[in-house]
Amino acid sequence: MSVDLRGGRIVVVGASLAGLRAAETLRDKGFEGRLTVVGEEHLPPYDRPPLSKQVLLGRVRAEETALPRRREVDAHWRLGVRATGLDGAAREVLLADGERLPFDRLLIATGTRARPWPNPAEAALDGVVTLRTVEDAAGLAERLAAGPRRVLVIGAGFTGSEIASACRERGLPVTVAERGPAPLVGALGGAFGAFAAGVQRAHGVDLRCGVTVTALDGRAGRLTGAVLSDGSRIEADVAVVALGAVRNTEWLADSGLAAGPRGVACDAGCRAFDMYGIVTDDVFVAGDVARFPHPLFEYQLLSLEHWGNAVAQAEVAAHNMVNPGPRRLPHLSVPAFWSSQFGLNIKSVGVPTFSDHVMVAQGSPQERRFVAVYGYRGRITAAVSVNRGKWLEHYQGLIETAAPFPPDWDGVEPPASRTPVPSDVPDPKVLSHGPTVALTGHLPDRRLVLRRWGG
Amino acid sequence: MTAADTASTGTPGTLYSRITDYANRPDPYPLYAELREHGVARQDDGSYLVGTHREIAALLHDPRISSDRRNRTVPDEMQGVPVAFIGRDDPEHERLRAIAMRPFGPPHAPGRVDAMHDEITAIADELIDGLRGRDRIDLVEDFAYPLPVTVICRLLGVPREDEPRFHTWSETLIEGFDPTPGTDPAERQRAALQARTEMGLYLGELAEARRGKPSGDMLSAFVNDPGPDGGFTPTELMATAVLLLIAGHETTVNLITNSALTLLRHPDALQLMRERPELMPGMVEEVLRYEPPVQLLPQRTALTDVEVAGVTVPKGQPLVLVLAAGNRDPLRFRDPDRFDPTRQDNQHLGFGSGVHSCFGAPLARIEGQIALTALIRRLDGPRLLQDPPVYRRSPILRGPRHLPLGVSGITD
Repeated sequence: MSVDLRGGRIVVVGASLAGLRAAETLRDKGFEGRLTVVGEEHLPPYDRPPLSKQVLLGRVRAEETALPRRREVDAHWRLGVRATGLDGAAREVLLADGERLPFDRLLIATGTRARPWPNPAEAALDGVVTLRTVEDAAGLAERLAAGPRRVLVIGAGFTGSEIASACRERGLPVTVAERGPAPLVGALGGAFGAFAAGVQRAHGVDLRCGVTVTALDGRAGRLTGAVLSDGSRIEADVAVVALGAVRNTEWLADSGLAAGPRGVACDAGCRAFDMYGIVTDDVFVAGDVARFPHPLFEYQLLSLEHWGNAVAQAEVAAHNMVNPGPRRLPHLSVPAFWSSQFGLNIKSVGVPTFSDHVMVAQGSPQERRFVAVYGYRGRITAAVSVNRGKWLEHYQGLIETAAPFPPDWDGVEPPASRTPVPSDVPDPKVLSHGPTVALTGHLPDRRLVLRRWGG
Repeated sequence: MTAADTASTGTPGTLYSRITDYANRPDPYPLYAELREHGVARQDDGSYLVGTHREIAALLHDPRISSDRRNRTVPDEMQGVPVAFIGRDDPEHERLRAIAMRPFGPPHAPGRVDAMHDEITAIADELIDGLRGRDRIDLVEDFAYPLPVTVICRLLGVPREDEPRFHTWSETLIEGFDPTPGTDPAERQRAALQARTEMGLYLGELAEARRGKPSGDMLSAFVNDPGPDGGFTPTELMATAVLLLIAGHETTVNLITNSALTLLRHPDALQLMRERPELMPGMVEEVLRYEPPVQLLPQRTALTDVEVAGVTVPKGQPLVLVLAAGNRDPLRFRDPDRFDPTRQDNQHLGFGSGVHSCFGAPLARIEGQIALTALIRRLDGPRLLQDPPVYRRSPILRGPRHLPLGVSGITD
């Protein structure tokens, strides 16, 4: 590491998983300068996955989800204050309290927030909630513990499905309304979604697919129920709006960076692009807010809302912030995530939405233990396991080496059928919630400019 | 088993016979280096040895590799023996392992192992108290063996005083796996099967006696709280209990003894551990890499033709994964032959990996950490009286049979 990169001022905006791991890695890699971490929430960094699982079951208190620290980071923590702007020319971060934080290098790790219910009056009803923060989780856990007559979950992505699972485990009646054809289709496609729908119904979820919630009704400021687009009415005391996430990029609107609703675009080394597509060398991006090119997926820009990606990308970004060009690392890790719901452990590697077909490679969906393999144009691009997560490392290797799809070997727990079916990945526009993986950009071989020589 | 029955009957020449040759037990590592050079080494009997980290790690996660010897197309004397989940594939493996896990770990009993911390510490201290007044001890007989035996007996619900009985069965059974037979293999197998049967019946009776009278141990739980998906059949219970009792007391003894031996061979590391006892978890991980108690996995079989490092392992052929060789692979570990308790990024293969990763690993870890913490704190001036020590016979569960130490005293 060159001496000048070891010193100076680094500001990390975002004090959640990516921000914390980046701060720790900066110190691990020998950064000795002034480190400031800015966070909008008042709490020190905490872990979000338990908020839709153990916390809602009352097994863990929302406040007990603080992230374990890997090491001391000796940072100035500016918690409870929002970043409102970035002055790239002056190299300053603007804070909501008027302070300007100068930096030599900046890491943007502002993540996402819950997409709010679009009607503000309805959203303000007592009983209408979202789930993203510790505060949200504590409030929802309390509402569930109070024994509502029925819970309405709007959106059947991973968060919505996990909330519905927690409700059923607590014995609460729950209705799930999903605009798409089945739960989880946005992340895992229609074939898997059909399986997920069966699981939910078997667990007593009143699952309504292909419908939207057209109105939330209330009396005296309290939620009483909802009207669905098919004309039916749901009586409910609690409505959880699980319509996906919104990337926290508004504060960068005037920054000159390539920041927008899909995130902040960056290169494989986590360096942000400016609005002209020119890479910066002092502004880095990591976590849910980043859009980065991935060679396994045709260099399309990926936005991942995955715990593991936040950690891996934060580590790469931090490394590159204190290392000169030749020593920099690319962020190439294969996307992976997990979920637990309805007694099932679901794990995914690769990008299931980057697929045309899917087949069961091991096990049996009827028995609720299997590995599904996704393929795109004859190569394996993803695998999703249900109660069989320990096999996924093998499939990750197949994805990394672009192994042929469909796989033609028999292994432990051979499936009943080896016939691939369309993976049925929907257009993100028809989903209630945003997809957890957004594939954006265009194919690298697509010609946007045709150059004619001579004549 | 004594040092007298150490003659090798392995065919000279093949790498596997040299690895399993008792004469090479004190230091098999040069042979492992040779194995890594070969990549994948086909043996005369049609089995394939793998000793590189990358390939072993991949095979441990490869669904084309079976742990069930019934899938072998070569003659296999072990076929037909009732085995527990260690020798079965999913879904059978997963079902049996989940039933066994129910009273032992998450999700049903997440705090079980941690709750034993104080009890294990008390057992360790009691054993060391018993060494007062001696200037010479056998670390194996006096400490490393009785500690895990007492722990597994209490955990399973086996009377400690029956140790001579089950220890004889256990040794006979392990000899049945031993690829360097000192006796006629058919006779060895017959004796092993009989030992397995007797041990199973013994444990089955213990469990049955607790039906309706649960006493907080795992055998009680197996018969009284089988869980939502049903419990073991009587045969499954016996096979599983045999596995847990053997694995629970034949492996941790090696972990403790190998740790002590390694630290005494590396005075700098021992001094470091005295000064910084908080490094103990990493020290135990490093022993699991550097001198793993389970050296190799002889049970795997290819379910289809599988290419490993450019060699096609044919369907039905035995695969032997030499974990201890992978643990010293210079492509994975920097200075692999250096013992470094502060080593980072230590993804060793000491507990295997994948669906068959060591069932008892959490218990082994805390037993090792507690045992070594107690030894380092309380043994004054320990020194090796014999190096290399006399090893146990098994090339699979490798560790000293005796470890004579001189000591200057015992600290309170």
